[in-house]
Amino acid sequence: MDIIFQPWPWYVSGPIIAIVMFLLLYFGKTFGMSSNLKTLCAIGGAGKRVAFFDFNWKSQRWNLVVVLGAIFGGFIAHQFLSNPINIDLNEDTIADLSTLGFNNAGQSLLPPELFSWDAVFSWKGILILTIGGFLVGFGTRYAGGCTSGHAITGLSSLQLPSLIAVIGFFIGGLIMIHLIYPILF
Amino acid sequence: MKKFVKFFIVGMFFGIVLTKSEAVSWYRIFEMFKFQSFHMYGIIGTAVITGVLLLSLAKMMKVKATNGSLLRVPLKELGYKRYIIGGTLFGLGWALCGACPGPMYILIGTGAFSIVVVLTAAIFGTYLYGVLKDKLPH
Repeated sequence: MDIIFQPWPWYVSGPIIAIVMFLLLYFGKTFGMSSNLKTLCAIGGAGKRVAFFDFNWKSQRWNLVVVLGAIFGGFIAHQFLSNPINIDLNEDTIADLSTLGFNNAGQSLLPPELFSWDAVFSWKGILILTIGGFLVGFGTRYAGGCTSGHAITGLSSLQLPSLIAVIGFFIGGLIMIHLIYPILF
Repeated sequence: MKKFVKFFIVGMFFGIVLTKSEAVSWYRIFEMFKFQSFHMYGIIGTAVITGVLLLSLAKMMKVKATNGSLLRVPLKELGYKRYIIGGTLFGLGWALCGACPGPMYILIGTGAFSIVVVLTAAIFGTYLYGVLKDKLPH
């Protein structure tokens, strides 16, 4: 049992994610988490003003159910299948984070310096989280997919557009961590 | 209701595995972009290798989806502008808040409720893309 409670290694996790993708294709659907953001816009009535959201969102209910399952899975994993969180980060990462002002790195899933309610309700905190979220939402629809749609499904089916998108993901991520973080923190 | 059960179960597996492998953690994303750990590359790499194998096998064996037609992956339209520009914007946001869309939902289940702020902003970002779509280079 202990093996379940320990963090799962990458060589277990990666193949299971591929099976998730395969099962959704087998059910006649596809693996795409960011499409739900578009569906949520449509449910909110965006289709009345913007043609992009004018589709029958009910055809996407299956994907919203995948999301509900994923939330429930997060709950199960966190409440019942985990030891106290202690992420085995690289020593260099912990040192780099400490220089940026992030302490106790790896003792929680998210850094309290950004995600505690105190941080969320500070000007800097709310700006970082909303700009970050905004870029994810805007960028994923612009690129036509996120990590699940492009990096997993698109690369697995050897599609060039997905390779270009994943290269873009890394250009953006590297710019943010190496050039913008030192200014922000 | 019954037709949705299988989607709930697949989603649940997804949520469990991303939480248990720490892929939902902000710290793991930071570490990945610092090239200081193989962990995230291992996850994405083995997922893609397994995915390629499963899809090739399905093609060779002419596996049919449950709706009776051959199992097929939706094709992304050709081009490069939208992928490189959109992808870069996505990457900036992914590294800034440490979560891509899947983990945003899953983290709610782990009790990290402040992620809802990020999720709400992501929905707004998607909305604004819809508004500006025809003015953007694709």
